[in-house]
Amino acid sequence: MAEKLDQIFVQAKHELVRWLLCHVPGAWAEVLSALLSIATLLVAFAALFALTTLLERKGLGRIQNRYGPNRVGPFGLLQPVADGIKALTKEDVVPRAADQVVHFIAPLVLVVPVFLALAVLPVGRNMVVVDLDAGLLFFFAVGAATELSVFMAGWSSRNKYSLLGAMRAIAQMISYEVPLILSAVTVVMMAGSLSTVRIVEVQAGFSGWLPHWHVLTPWGLAGFLLFLIAAAAEANRCPFDLPEGESEIIAGYYIEYSGFKFALFFLGEYIGLFAVSGLAITLFLGGWTAPLPFVQWVPSYVWFFLKLLSLIAFFIWVRGTLPRLRMDQLMSFAWKFMLPLSLINLLAAGLWRFLPEGLTRWAFCSLLLAAAYIGLGRSLVQRRNLGRRTYRFAE
Amino acid sequence: MTADFLILSLLTLVGAVAAVSLRNLVHCALALAAALAGLAGLYLHLQAQFVGFAQLLVYVGAVAILIVFAILLTRGSDSEPDGPPATRGWVPGAGLAAAAAGLVVAAILSSRALAPSLQSSPEAPVRAIGEQLMTRYVLALELIGILLTAALIGAVIIAMTLPSRRSAEHKPQSRTSIPDL
Amino acid sequence: MLGEGIIKGLAETGRNFLGSYFEPDRLVTVQYPEERLPAPETARTFPFLVYDGDDWQKGLRCVACQICEKECPPQCIYIVKDITKKPDYIGKLQFQPKVFDIDLSVCMSCQICVEVCPFDAIKMDVEFELSTTDRFGRLLLHKAELAKPNEYYHKIHPAEAAEVDARLAAEKAKALAKTQADAAGKSVSPKPALKPLAPASG
Repeated sequence: MAEKLDQIFVQAKHELVRWLLCHVPGAWAEVLSALLSIATLLVAFAALFALTTLLERKGLGRIQNRYGPNRVGPFGLLQPVADGIKALTKEDVVPRAADQVVHFIAPLVLVVPVFLALAVLPVGRNMVVVDLDAGLLFFFAVGAATELSVFMAGWSSRNKYSLLGAMRAIAQMISYEVPLILSAVTVVMMAGSLSTVRIVEVQAGFSGWLPHWHVLTPWGLAGFLLFLIAAAAEANRCPFDLPEGESEIIAGYYIEYSGFKFALFFLGEYIGLFAVSGLAITLFLGGWTAPLPFVQWVPSYVWFFLKLLSLIAFFIWVRGTLPRLRMDQLMSFAWKFMLPLSLINLLAAGLWRFLPEGLTRWAFCSLLLAAAYIGLGRSLVQRRNLGRRTYRFAE
Repeated sequence: MTADFLILSLLTLVGAVAAVSLRNLVHCALALAAALAGLAGLYLHLQAQFVGFAQLLVYVGAVAILIVFAILLTRGSDSEPDGPPATRGWVPGAGLAAAAAGLVVAAILSSRALAPSLQSSPEAPVRAIGEQLMTRYVLALELIGILLTAALIGAVIIAMTLPSRRSAEHKPQSRTSIPDL
Repeated sequence: MLGEGIIKGLAETGRNFLGSYFEPDRLVTVQYPEERLPAPETARTFPFLVYDGDDWQKGLRCVACQICEKECPPQCIYIVKDITKKPDYIGKLQFQPKVFDIDLSVCMSCQICVEVCPFDAIKMDVEFELSTTDRFGRLLLHKAELAKPNEYYHKIHPAEAAEVDARLAAEKAKALAKTQADAAGKSVSPKPALKPLAPASG
């Protein structure tokens, strides 16, 4: 029964393809199968996007002791629908001085790659659009195109704010891509594969009550935290939302976008967040595997989306808590803290691999990482890179 | 010649031509990025996953951004040259380019390395590449890895202002130099 | 240690989040159309004209002196004097406005008209739910819509209205005393036929 429920979507797809093949030539089987997977994924993540916009506003409201949206529908549940209708019916304003073609293409260059990146995420057992040998590499490769889109949007708008936002965004994305990939490399070292499906399989199984998730090892925990911080920066989430800081450069690179193009940017940003959170789940949190042995009867996709929702909730919580960083703080945090720590984490992962199993490697790796964290953190705070800044004239 | 090959080669060629003929430098850089992406698509079309994704990651993700940054930081993105795009020297230039391209094509066609691969395209799965890198080419890989890590750390050190220089920079701004308002 | 403050901050916001569900006192916002906060005594939106008694045309305090019209910075007031006069609260014959228009979409609620009015005829309202789709029909107010009774003024600004009434009553008593003294001194000319209007109630 549990098995059937787990594979219900896979079975349904097979049945649908078999039924469709009665009407179309057999050569289309693969195309049909892929199309069905893609359509399901698009619908699921678009729905999740709608839900998240509401959750974010509600959650931020509660964090600030407000109610949040509660007017449209019961408990404000229909708010995303109202937002969607508003975005669709708004006038599409393009500045006269803007570079029309690049201005038009930019949102597409953002949305297409982030949706492509979802293709390699295993959202459940046997539920992945393509199982590539180089799945992880594919994810980072398509993610690279988003930087170009941000630049295109910022430059083509012919607006000082948007160009400033684009430059900030590119600088930030390039800086944080290094620790992002370096912390993902530790998992590749352990799993011995770039395939996302294989990485999840490695983490399946339990020893006693504990699952074999990577996050439950010292290097995995450090890698997970580094990955999460870098992911927030890649997705331009608070506290790394300098590229679109509403209070300083209004909306950064998409200041000159309105109506549906703005909605596309919004969508692209959130789908990017989901994709990178999904990757964090796949790499460190065991993908679709159950956290405890006796709840394995719950379908695998439920676990994946539960983990995804809790990560999103965590991102919302962080957004409601932390103020925006300054540009120099952002950069010194990336290069003087994240980068050395992720290099040391690589070392720790290597040690973990070659030391014999037991308490010694636990103690050794934990001590190494803790010492690195404390040392780097202390030097960062003492150098006042994260402290108060002295101004020349403004005092 | 299939439809996907046609589309990808068209994208690559149009991008490349646009990159050298457009007047706006930023447009040129974007066209170059499109051409590089088309090239990555061609690699993928040849079943070379690793090379294709690496091309996308390195060239579209990093090199194109680097070029764009260089354009924006050195000259205004609006500055377009006045005269016609082709100068008087374009005839010898085109001749030289054709000669160079001919030489490369001739060399490739006559090389022995290509001959067997024309009949059976060897698949290069990621696993095989990884094994080769870890066994046969491990020394080269390690050297490149060390070089890149050293470059990374060097960049950080260059960016770090030394404490002594920093305090010297901050010294002149004493309070007395600012007139009291 | 690095990260300590982040944990503390997360705990604080987490407490806020959960607390907002269990302690309604935490929620500082008011669900506006259903719940309302009482307007403070000094609240003001747009001007209106005060009248005494029951008949707004007879009791209008405005004497069409046009000072407010001249002083209004955005020039949202438009006044046309009537030819006929009517007695004011003391009983003296004064001019009255034939047209008195205020364009609320131009008015900036500066209260200068109230400051300069020597007759306490124009005061600030607290009505703010004025949104409409008809900019000229509903936001360009005429004399009839502007005129509101003194009781209304007492309701929205009790302290201020009481002070104004006290001053007007004192002036009226002084004027009455003066006319009586004049009448006693001369005892020739009869009083004007019209009875002076009753002092503002309240």
